[in-house]
Amino acid sequence: MSAIWTTLLGLGDKLAAHVLLSAAAIALGIAVALPLAVWASRSEPVARATLGFASLVQTIPALALLALFFPILLSLRAVFGEGLPTLGFLPALLALALYALLPILRNAVTAQVNLDPGVIEAAHGVGMTFWQRLRLVEAPLTAPYIMAGIRTAAVWTIGAATLATTIGQPSLGDPIFAGLQTQNWVLVLAGCIASAGLALVADALLGLIEKGLATRRRMLTFGGLAAVLLGILAALTVQFGDRGGDRIVIGAKGFSEQYILARLIGQQLKAAGYGVEYRDGLGSAVAHQAVSTGAIDVLVDYTGTIWTNQMERSDNPDRETMLAEIAAWETRTSGTHVLGRLGFENAYGLAMPRAAAEAGGFASIGDLAGRAQAMTIGGDPEFFERPEWIAVREAYGLRFAARRNFSPTFMYNALTSGEADVIGAYTSDGRIAADDLVILDDPEGAFPNYDAIILLAPQTGTDDALVAALEPLIGAIGVEAMREANYSVDRTEDKLSFERAAQRLAERIGL
Amino acid sequence: MSGDPPALVEFSNVRKSYGPTLAVAGVSLAVGDGEFVALVGASGSGKSTLLKTVNRLIDPTAGAVRFAGDNVEGLPLAALRRQIGYVFQSVGLFPHMTVGENIAIGPRLVGERLAGERIARLLELVDLEPEMADRLPDELSGGQRQRVGVARALANEPRLLLMDEPFGALDPITRDALGDRVRALHGEFGLTTVMVTHDMAEALLLADRVLVMDAGKVVADETPHALLSGAGGAIAQGLVAVPRAQADRLAELAR
Repeated sequence: MSAIWTTLLGLGDKLAAHVLLSAAAIALGIAVALPLAVWASRSEPVARATLGFASLVQTIPALALLALFFPILLSLRAVFGEGLPTLGFLPALLALALYALLPILRNAVTAQVNLDPGVIEAAHGVGMTFWQRLRLVEAPLTAPYIMAGIRTAAVWTIGAATLATTIGQPSLGDPIFAGLQTQNWVLVLAGCIASAGLALVADALLGLIEKGLATRRRMLTFGGLAAVLLGILAALTVQFGDRGGDRIVIGAKGFSEQYILARLIGQQLKAAGYGVEYRDGLGSAVAHQAVSTGAIDVLVDYTGTIWTNQMERSDNPDRETMLAEIAAWETRTSGTHVLGRLGFENAYGLAMPRAAAEAGGFASIGDLAGRAQAMTIGGDPEFFERPEWIAVREAYGLRFAARRNFSPTFMYNALTSGEADVIGAYTSDGRIAADDLVILDDPEGAFPNYDAIILLAPQTGTDDALVAALEPLIGAIGVEAMREANYSVDRTEDKLSFERAAQRLAERIGL
Repeated sequence: MSGDPPALVEFSNVRKSYGPTLAVAGVSLAVGDGEFVALVGASGSGKSTLLKTVNRLIDPTAGAVRFAGDNVEGLPLAALRRQIGYVFQSVGLFPHMTVGENIAIGPRLVGERLAGERIARLLELVDLEPEMADRLPDELSGGQRQRVGVARALANEPRLLLMDEPFGALDPITRDALGDRVRALHGEFGLTTVMVTHDMAEALLLADRVLVMDAGKVVADETPHALLSGAGGAIAQGLVAVPRAQADRLAELAR
């Protein structure tokens, strides 16, 4: 229990970010929904179109809606220029505001439609103008219903805002996603408790306002309103209060190694006097885009990933050539700076339990070819969409009976529990040794090289002091050291925090 | 014509159609200043539609309506309505405002505050206690609500009072009392009143002049006395026959 408590207390800045994101999204939702509702109340086709649109938006999964704003904003750069952020606050705000739209709009329109026609006739009869009717009659009579809609929207938005983590916006989703990756249930639970608690508090306060409006008790309305504003103000203070100058933003994709390396880089930069902030849990494509646009400053990426996914290459040259070509490509396309290799490789490889591999006589991927029809393959959510997998599948002619997606952590569990026979594992993963797995040989060289490299955003690469602070990491981390660090956070017993694992790693490599 | 009072409301060939249905089929007539006119007819005869063309709750398809000499079409909508008191069957008191606030709404719309004494006076005029001003409409009986409705309509000191089935939902005793009250106020303030009703007895007892409508046309335009003497044609006499027969039967029973 005390572990959860300690973790909760450490979530202050995530909570503040979560409050601000949710409040901004709901405010934007209200700002759009109310004029639309007034318009809809005056025109039947508008009512049908707006409600139809809002319902349609609601059917899109929140996660997909968040993800969709990345390409949308990217294409809008043609209009608004390169400064338009494609990750982080803006797309999260827009997606969540769209999500908040429906309950507010629906309640507002329904309340308008259900207004007593006699009251409306009287409003006309006494000579009210459009605005007088809105202000003196329609607004006060529909306010309690609209407030109920805002309450629903607030609860949804606060819940869905945890997903903003995946597009690089800090939120209470950060501990949830980080905990899910590493089976650290304390982190998951702390994130859930904080987010659910926030939703309950918001619901209660907005309920107070709703009750005040319905029973025409101003004290209640203004009291609730004041409490809500105070909460937002507190979040603003935490968020922007004690910021000492610009911070370096370090990105991490959603797996343990990335979290640890981000902390390692963060510790190096802090020692050099930089302020540091983490964007955890980014999707692979999103992370690369983020560093090349400067949405984040530093990222650890992998040569094979950039080669096949961003550069869309299908050939497989030696590692020196690949790195040189990647560096040239990054410079040419975005000005992103390739600082160098960390020293280890985290390749994709097909892994099996050693016992099963020996019993079945599986040594190379080629051995799977004839027998895959009876086997199930597991992979992380990206794996089967990645060109590397397609290349491997084609090179060896693999046809599996079934394929299943798992989060990286559960993928290893699936292998030990028999839910998958083979998985697309990561070669630097500590669980390869811990779970006694073997990586099948790749004689065709279908998987490319995956050297871990440090990428710096275009402007960040010109900061000599920052480059100097990170230089000691180049070539310093061997695969054994990385596996050990990964395992220290992935194992079920005696887990280390990412910070602690990063410190251990730093000690081990002699920093 | 010199004996007639000058017209406050004038309809010139007013027509109103809803798709193929003709609700008002060409009405031309004038309502003189100070007259109490009842518009009587069966449901769907077009009487309410005709009434509402005056304060433009309904705009006619063709023809013109003049108020105090001006074509209402050319007048600013809100300003026109503020000069005309409007009372209708469902009253439409604003449920979130007190009785006092409801009565004061007209002046409030033009930025004036109605003094407490004035609200009390208006309540008195419709036979309600001044203390009623702080109540909410939900706490009132149907009759009390309609009295407040009348007070609200009078707050702007209108020259013209339009009433659409004002007593239709009230019990007979309240209906009779409020009818008398309105007739008295009509005289007291020198109002011009146009009242729509389907009840010929009410029309005969309250109005100076009874207009009978049928299928969108005015088929009779007579004084109550003339109607009771058999004028106005078959449709009008059909409507007069009902209360007359009731009165005869009651007289018979009393004998």
